[in-house]
Amino acid sequence: MSLDRRSFLKLAAGSGLLALSPAAVQAAEALGKGRHKPRVVVIGGGFGGATCSKYLRMWSNNAVEVVMVERQKQFISCPMSNTVLGGSRTMADITHDYDGLVRKWGVNRVEAEVTAIDPAKKTIRTARGELAYDRLVLAPGIDFLYDQVQGTSHELAETKVPHAWKAGKQTALLRSQLEAMPDGGVYVLAIPKAPYRCPPGPYERVCQVAFYLKHHKPKSKIIVLDANPDITSKKGLFMKAWNELYPGMIEYRPNAQVVRVDGATLTAHTDFDAVKADVLNVVPPMRAGKVADLAGVVTADNRWCGVDFLSFESTAQPGIHVIGDAVSSSLPKSGHMANTQAKVAAAAIIELLAGNQPDPDPVLGNTCYSMVSDKEAMHVANVFKYDKEKKQFVAAPGGGVSEKHSETEGSYAKYWAMNIWSDVLK
Amino acid sequence: MKRSLPRIALGVAFGIAFAIPGAHAQEVNKHARILAAPCAACHGTNGNSVGGTPVLAGADRAHFILQMKEFKSGARPATVMHQHARGYSDEEIEMLADFFAAQKRGQ
Repeated sequence: MSLDRRSFLKLAAGSGLLALSPAAVQAAEALGKGRHKPRVVVIGGGFGGATCSKYLRMWSNNAVEVVMVERQKQFISCPMSNTVLGGSRTMADITHDYDGLVRKWGVNRVEAEVTAIDPAKKTIRTARGELAYDRLVLAPGIDFLYDQVQGTSHELAETKVPHAWKAGKQTALLRSQLEAMPDGGVYVLAIPKAPYRCPPGPYERVCQVAFYLKHHKPKSKIIVLDANPDITSKKGLFMKAWNELYPGMIEYRPNAQVVRVDGATLTAHTDFDAVKADVLNVVPPMRAGKVADLAGVVTADNRWCGVDFLSFESTAQPGIHVIGDAVSSSLPKSGHMANTQAKVAAAAIIELLAGNQPDPDPVLGNTCYSMVSDKEAMHVANVFKYDKEKKQFVAAPGGGVSEKHSETEGSYAKYWAMNIWSDVLK
Repeated sequence: MKRSLPRIALGVAFGIAFAIPGAHAQEVNKHARILAAPCAACHGTNGNSVGGTPVLAGADRAHFILQMKEFKSGARPATVMHQHARGYSDEEIEMLADFFAAQKRGQ
């Protein structure tokens, strides 16, 4: 087993991009003496990747070396990012650093983009050099299928027609566009066909934009062009929230798939209609983050990654695990799901590295709050258990949604965010 | 549901396995910690809530079981906890109770 000590140290020396913990220095020294710990490389530092990195360290009592490769400097939370549009939170409120993972848990962080993965040699390559792994975790999140909506592109999304479906620059752009919109303007949201990241997210966004407009630009209007035949999540709850809190402001059009966008005139075209916007927010269809292609783990519809749900090991590439939104399944693509999948994967990887079998009865959980105003929220919650016959996770009985949105749940949503951010990063 | 947990696992399945010693491996019920893992989103890592929700770390075993059973039956009204409680069997709730009772506060 070649552990590639030289390239690891070269990487470590590279311009401060690798934050070295004392544990990492120890590990590097141990390599020099011919001893080593198994190394897991985790690609992606979102809800899935960061959680997996922490829990691999915690549950192995630091017996596993973890290198987390993430191109972004900071963690920006998609959950709660819609409240930045509504104005009750700022970008700073949803932005967190990775220091806790490095200092408290001894995760080695590499801030770089992965350019190649060699499953046969068990190496990954970044601009900083090559890294060998014993097992690889991919938490690549999503990328966008711009070619499915004519006229859209990454460049247009970054400048004029944001999707803002990865929290960050585009969240701030969309907020500033709403601030610049005249009272009486039209905000148009285009929702792609399921599956997409965060099923209730688009409808929560409608609430948050409505909350902002109601208080600052009450003559304005919201048009929702939904490619789906109906509201895909918490339908009754969202209809109630829209009618009670924002009466007359929201026009919802089902089966309205946007096929073309004119960025110059901010017009969204469906097969039947052309809708002109003052602020145009087009969320394109999605697929697994493109780093999944480098590993050859995209197996379903050219979009998602098939896994063995006991370990989240790829069905296409042994030794490579895939977690979070990129996984092909009927599970909701949510932050909490990625967080709990990461833990099942971490536990399985620790067992597999030791030559043992993973837990045959893993459990996942999902609690997903939607903020419908600055203070009120509602949720959907489920426990998921592994079904040995179906070989996948199925919802346990008893799960469900809120009775109604409430301020009490708004508080719980706030506590959820505090605690899950801490669970992922601290 | 007890699983045997060797202090140092040395697998031979594919020729390569690593020794992964666990300082407290014998006392840790690894299945219980998988069952408890989803709770962290609201109640913090290992039940150490960082705000708002009850701290479950170090919770009294009998009290924990009673609350979960009352959430399950509806005797204790809740916004969300009944939905989670109903996802676990009585045996699993006891494993969760043991797990949280054994966690240190403030870690």
